Amino acid sequence: MAEYQNIFTRVQVRGPGHMGVPLPRGSWKRTGKPLYSYLLGLIGDAQIGPIYLGFSGVASLVFGFIAIEIIGLNMWASVDWSPIQFVRQLFWLALEPPAPAYGLSIPPLAAGGWWLMAGFFLTTSILLWWVRMYRRAVALGLGTHTAWAFASAIWLYLVLGLIRPVLMGSWAEAVPFGIFPHLDWTAAFSIRYGNLFYNPFHMLSIAFLYGSAVLFAMHAGTILAVSRFGGEREVEQITDRGTAAERAQLFWRWTMGFNATMESFHRWGWWFAVLVTLTGGIGILLTGTVVDNWYLWGLKHYIVAPYPDIFGTITDPATAVMGAGK
Amino acid sequence: MMKFGSQLVLGAGALFALAVGAVVIATSERPPMESVQRGYRGTGMDQIYNPRFLAKTREANVVPVSMPKLPDVGPKAGQVYKNVQVLKDQSVGNFTRLMASMTNWVSPVQGCAYCHDVNDMASDKLYTKVVSRRMLQMVQHINADWKTHVVGTGVTCYTCHRGQPVPQNIWFKDPGPLQAKGYAQAPNGRNHPSTIAGYTALANDPFTPFLEEAKDVRVAATAALPGTTNTSIKQTYWTYALMFHLSGALGVNCTYCHDTRSFGDWSGSTPQRVTAWYGIRMARDLNVNYMDPMQNVFPPARLGPLGDAPKINCATCHQGVYKPLFGAQMAKDFPELQKVSQ
Repeated sequence: MAEYQNIFTRVQVRGPGHMGVPLPRGSWKRTGKPLYSYLLGLIGDAQIGPIYLGFSGVASLVFGFIAIEIIGLNMWASVDWSPIQFVRQLFWLALEPPAPAYGLSIPPLAAGGWWLMAGFFLTTSILLWWVRMYRRAVALGLGTHTAWAFASAIWLYLVLGLIRPVLMGSWAEAVPFGIFPHLDWTAAFSIRYGNLFYNPFHMLSIAFLYGSAVLFAMHAGTILAVSRFGGEREVEQITDRGTAAERAQLFWRWTMGFNATMESFHRWGWWFAVLVTLTGGIGILLTGTVVDNWYLWGLKHYIVAPYPDIFGTITDPATAVMGAGK
Repeated sequence: MMKFGSQLVLGAGALFALAVGAVVIATSERPPMESVQRGYRGTGMDQIYNPRFLAKTREANVVPVSMPKLPDVGPKAGQVYKNVQVLKDQSVGNFTRLMASMTNWVSPVQGCAYCHDVNDMASDKLYTKVVSRRMLQMVQHINADWKTHVVGTGVTCYTCHRGQPVPQNIWFKDPGPLQAKGYAQAPNGRNHPSTIAGYTALANDPFTPFLEEAKDVRVAATAALPGTTNTSIKQTYWTYALMFHLSGALGVNCTYCHDTRSFGDWSGSTPQRVTAWYGIRMARDLNVNYMDPMQNVFPPARLGPLGDAPKINCATCHQGVYKPLFGAQMAKDFPELQKVSQ
């Protein structure tokens, strides 16, 4: 019998390419003749394609392409069009938002205008991809859970790049497009706003993020462990509880006294994942708009641990009245 | 079952993983490290050292033996020699002692002729002589007026020069790499690999705004709620880059000065942060009042890409050590470098 207890999928099914269920009237056609990939079969289904692009999919790709093009060409220009330097420095290059002096106005192209434009195209592309995700789910007769989970991630993206900058009155508050530069932004953001670790919503977001990883590992481990009883057929196990589900649930009830069900566990996973970006977005939104220094805010609300001043009293030399040292 | 194409992809993947592993190993320092707790327990205020580097660092920071001081008797250098401007009150013996010491500290290979026209020792023909006179005044100024930073230890020429005519760590204004003009994004001093800022994409040249101009280093909000602080995230990139420099120049972690749960908070900081605060102002003073005005004295080959004079930062003296030369009491052997000459 087929075995799934391996780090890779050892069973690969080969047959005539499955073209998918019939599409509703007015839909575009699915494109591409299915092919098989052994390597992808190790980590998923070996059949590649066909794909349904649809209007929103094509529009999303076009807008996304324009955004990447604006970002990439500006990055390339910042190494004076040198292809070698573009590759060498790619991780450091960025398209930067306008300077604070521009506020929310539309700056010249060279001074942040390109950033604004790239942001518009990327945001449109992402929203169109959300529409596509929602409509594909409806077309297949599914629930729209995936689309709403994606919407939670989009919420964080919009807070970072649009909603918070608008509330702060400055595009300069937004994140640059770039690999290392956006990481530098997170560090600088935390330093400017007095340590994000004292932001309760940041705490929640981290808890849900790490929690998601734990839940994911618990679930994957459980299902793989009972796959010898057909546990990987989760959908059947939800409606018709077999020995796989029984054993999986008993395992957790005996180890920690409580067990999720075959069905409820996926709600746990969904909510934990969705809450990562939902709470994270709230935390970012409050930073600078409602709270300017999270450490000092934490002091006021007794979440900062008091430590003794073991170095004695250190005072700010800028405020000290001293003749020496200018 | 496995096709040639798949094997090729797997092989390429293995090679890539090996390359990544090699980079990680080659650019990392192997454990164990030594950590020294400085702050209160639980605050993470530890200094991390690689014990395998310590011997080498010690060796690089050995102070040369000072020549014996002579009794301050006999005629003064200003009476005997021509064109003595800074050290004219010194006895001829001690004047010569300092000149010989300076040769050892600054130009041991090139000798006296690095600064002096050997046919006319009093001549200011060589630019190096004009520079070294100004540098003597600078050393006196540091030792006399910047005790807030150098305390009683003080500095000598050797603190920076270490036997080299040009100190190893100096800085020039960095225009950054060449960028395309026209409608493309204009240069902003960032978003290229910054060697100063630990290979982040932070500022290329954090020295010009802070160690020459007097831009405010402080960026963190000073109140819990908005309304008092008007700094930006973009400003923070520059401050962060400067702090990278301080950390590297002194061979210490952020926690040498800061309790990192609140970088801006002084009450949790160490006394070293106060010393560093004065150090930033000292470097600024020296660059503005001593280095920049010598721009016309230096030949073009000694100037930076934008034609500016060589300048001082923390690494110029510290050279990777928390106290230059591990705090060796060298300047005390040279009282003439301690006071500003009249």
